[in-house]
Formats: sequence, structure tokens, C-alpha cells
Amino acid sequence: MYVIIAGGGKVGYYLARELLSGEHEMLVIEQRGARAAEINDLLEGAVLHGDACEASVLDGAGIARADLVAAVTGDDEDNLVVCEIARYRGVPRVLARVNNPSNALLFEKRGIETTVSATDAILSQIEQELPVTSMVPVMQLHQGLELVEVRLSETSPVVGRTPREVLLPPESLIALIVDSGGVPRVPGADTTLTVGDALVVVTHAESKQMLQEALIGGAHGFDT
Amino acid sequence: MGCGRTGSAMARRLDRDGHQVTVLDLDSSQFRRLPEGFGGRMAVGNGMDRDALDRAGAGEADAFIAVTQGDNRNFFASQLAREVFGVESVICRVKDPERGEIFGHLGLQTYSPTSAGADAMIAMLSPSGAA
Repeated sequence: MYVIIAGGGKVGYYLARELLSGEHEMLVIEQRGARAAEINDLLEGAVLHGDACEASVLDGAGIARADLVAAVTGDDEDNLVVCEIARYRGVPRVLARVNNPSNALLFEKRGIETTVSATDAILSQIEQELPVTSMVPVMQLHQGLELVEVRLSETSPVVGRTPREVLLPPESLIALIVDSGGVPRVPGADTTLTVGDALVVVTHAESKQMLQEALIGGAHGFDT
Repeated sequence: MGCGRTGSAMARRLDRDGHQVTVLDLDSSQFRRLPEGFGGRMAVGNGMDRDALDRAGAGEADAFIAVTQGDNRNFFASQLAREVFGVESVICRVKDPERGEIFGHLGLQTYSPTSAGADAMIAMLSPSGAA
């Protein structure tokens, strides 16, 4: 099966990661050049830099032989346009992420399958209300693993350290660091954790409390 | 939808010709483009928002024209007007000619200022003024 994913943000990236490990052929189309380059390394070169709302970009991606197109950008109008073009090009199955639940009706009227993530919707509503240092669940993975996002504040015990110096609980891994300017980086030996960084961390459901203490601070810090 | 140069010029003419016109824009300062004595209604709101379209009276409209700067926004709002509010005549401005052609097959009347402008200027090159 050949799957095209429009949008290489958080949702698109993790969807692609899931597909990469399977037997499907997959391509992510991402409009922002820096983001496209970043995830292209992580996704074994399966990223095309371009605007998926342009028919010629979709044609270049081989849309004619795609079995499924999933439009998962943060903009519902863009997701609608990608799906409409894909279907017009004869793609048998198109799927859209709906960011604003009230837009689901239009997708339904147009006969486009949608996914509204309740978690997404609620999180986007409360994100601003949360304290600066907090752990936000992003996605459930399999076998008890979860993806969480932690934003570092001045009081975090790991600020100024490299990811390698931070002792994390079992089955936990800092997968991605997004700095306060919104630039994502893969954690490396010379990366210094900074106030305002958002860390995307894979962890186990049972280790979340320890992870919180390690990254945000608490009675039993796990940092060395 | 969209009170830029094109939207305001159309609103002015349709109002002058005796039609009942509502102009919808996110930014109320855009209404400065409308002439003194404009007889239509000015509504502040996002045309991609169902409630805003409802408040602007999309349910009673005979025609809907989307002329914001964004092709995808115009398309989204036009489909809302057609599919959800049942507006009979929907016109969508699309700058990207490729996208415009496809949208034209999806139930909308589209206008591409890019193609139209290119055609017009090429026509000007020939001595007779015709392509």
C-alpha cells in the first residue's frame, strides 16, 4: 500500500513513524523547509518538501498510484483541499484530520472520512491554561508506551545539561527537542537543554511520575 | 467574503444596482474601502466559521462570493456556503490556476485572476490587441 501523508507536524510525523516500521510505502509532504529537512533524516528520506495543496506537488509525489492520502496539517481548509484534489485524482481512500470539531460537518457533507482527536481538541483548549512546567500527553503508543511533551522552566533540574547527563526512568527516551523558537532538533551529544525547550519524550505509563520528577523536579529527582 | 479591493468594489456595485449585500471580513478596518452611503451590511467574522456565516445571513443568500487572499480559505468557505447553507450560486476566487480548474469540477464556479491576467497581457502584445 502506498500512503501519502500531507503535513509533517507532530501528528504527521508520528503517523509516518508508525507506517515506516510496517510494510507500507509512505511519503510525507511538508511545506516548511526546515521541518521537512529535520524529519527527512528521521524518516529515512521519505519526506518531500512542498505544498500538498498544489496539484503539481501531489502529482510529483505519485498521487495517481496512492492507495491512501491522509491530510493531517493543523489547518482544516488545507486538509479539505488536499483531500478534494486527491479524490479528484482518483485516490480510493482519503482521510482528514479535523482540528476544529465544528468543521467535521463539512467534511462529512463532502464525503471525506475524518478523525477528530478528542485529546487534541481538549489539549488545544487548555494548553494555555497549564502552568509553564507540565507534562502534556501527546499520544498513546503500544505496549504501555506513551508520548508526552514537557516544557522546561527555570526551575527544571535538567536545564544546562545535555540529554545524556539526564538519568531517565526505564523505557524513557527524549525523542525530540523543540526550542522556544519552534525549531525541532534531534537530541545529540552537544545539545544543551535550555529554558523554554519542549521535550517530546517516549515513556512508559508507569514511569510517568518518575519522568516528571526527573525533568520538572520534585522530592525524588532522578537527575544525577 | 473578504473586503479587500475586489470584494469592496463588487459590494459597491452590487449595492448600487439594488441588490441586498452583506460584506464579511475578519478585520473591521477593511470596511473603510466601502463608499460613503453604502447601503449593505458589514459583518465582522471568519467566513470559514459556520456560526459567522449564519449570522451574516448565508441561509437566505442567493449568491456567495469568496475573495480573500487565501485560495484554500475561499474554497473551504465556498463549500460551506454551498453544502451547509444551500446557497445556489457560489463563486470562488482561486489564484492558483491548477487548483482553480479542479475546484471547478467540484461544484463551484471559480475565477482565476492569474490566468485571466496572463491571457489579457499576452493579448496586449499582439499589434491588433487580440491574441
